[in-house]
Amino acid sequence: MTLIPLTPWQLALAAVLLLILVMLSIPLRLQLGQQMVVAAVRTTVQLLLVGLVLEIIFGDISPLWILFMALFMVLAAGYEVHQRQHYRLTHGWGLGIGTGAMFISSFSITLIALTAILNHDPWYEPQYAIPLLGMLLGNTMNGISLGLDRLNSTVWQQRYQIEARLLMGHSANDAIGDIRRDSIRTGLIPIINSMAAAGIISLPGMMTGQILSGTSPMEAVKYQILIMFLIAAGTGYGTIAAVTLGSRRLFDDRQRLRLDRLRPTT
Amino acid sequence: MTLAAAESIAISGASGAGKSQFLRALVDLDPHDGEMWLNGIAASSMDAMHWRRLVHYIPAESGWWAERVSDHLGSQARQALPEVGFSETILSREVRSLSSGERQRLALLRALEGAPQVLLLDEASANIDPENQLQFELLVKKEQQQRQMGVIWVTHDVRLAARVATRRLSFSRGTVDDDPAALLKANV
Repeated sequence: MTLIPLTPWQLALAAVLLLILVMLSIPLRLQLGQQMVVAAVRTTVQLLLVGLVLEIIFGDISPLWILFMALFMVLAAGYEVHQRQHYRLTHGWGLGIGTGAMFISSFSITLIALTAILNHDPWYEPQYAIPLLGMLLGNTMNGISLGLDRLNSTVWQQRYQIEARLLMGHSANDAIGDIRRDSIRTGLIPIINSMAAAGIISLPGMMTGQILSGTSPMEAVKYQILIMFLIAAGTGYGTIAAVTLGSRRLFDDRQRLRLDRLRPTT
Repeated sequence: MTLAAAESIAISGASGAGKSQFLRALVDLDPHDGEMWLNGIAASSMDAMHWRRLVHYIPAESGWWAERVSDHLGSQARQALPEVGFSETILSREVRSLSSGERQRLALLRALEGAPQVLLLDEASANIDPENQLQFELLVKKEQQQRQMGVIWVTHDVRLAARVATRRLSFSRGTVDDDPAALLKANV
């Protein structure tokens, strides 16, 4: 089994399908046409650029290069988590917590997977390191940003309930306990659902990619199970860390709810 | 300012003069630069949770975190239900189905159950109908005399202030008093 190399002509054919959708959105007044074109152009340019970078990294295996690329990816993911919040922690805390959580959920989990599970020599081989990290970042980011967003917006909406508990002499920890648990659950539910649905309702992207490129289905499936477990663990650790740190930051040492540390975005 | 045991102070003043801000600072709910003392002990030397059990605050719209009334009230508050015009059937009601005035009367029971030494009422009875408002005031006064609780009423209602207050302050004029017998002293 070999892979059919794609020509630009074939990609252009796929783009025609998207163009039809854009044209369809005009009479339907979805006001999405421009956004869709921009997104499609971005996806093309960004993926081509990353392809170029990967070609370079794959050609010259230096752990320093891979580390540099990994850190860049983690920082970008942390920024993205921050950007997805409707209510953001001020003074760099939102960005810091998002990036810290992405570091835990993706960077450290990838490192563990490479050194302790895959045991390849050298462990930093880009063929494994980069796709693993990329998969983890892309998937754990959703859970973490959902969890944080739920935390911040619920606290904002339920400030009077929280303050009522503080006024009854409850600790900040007790006053926000239910909201914190709910936020962590919110972050974790999507990955639990996709683990439950994998193989029956959806064929996961990585597995299908491997099968397309000629890997035997059984090998692809094993990799997919590995990646699912890593994503679930990473999402869980990252969400717990982000929501716990975020909920601490929302109170001060006098057990006061500090909504002045949250800024709504419009 | 100072507040003596069993004393009632009524604070009035234009909207935006900082009355609520002042009460919220007293209960240590907002950051502030001042200091408070209760029976000569500084709030800052005390655990914030402990302070809020001693100095309790009821805002104009009380907050409720669980679904049913019964989730918020202990046995002592349940026994006192008739004193604010309720029967036991209220316990199974959902908090959100109650009127604002009903919630405020329950908030008083919830507050008194913790036996605070100082009670801060921020227009707390403003949304209650006249008859129940008197009951509310009577219960506050009774507790005040029995337990020597100090009370601060923030109110726009001149007649309410006349009924309950032993001292009246207008908020544009902050006073600082060094009475050593004071229950609550504040400089916020």
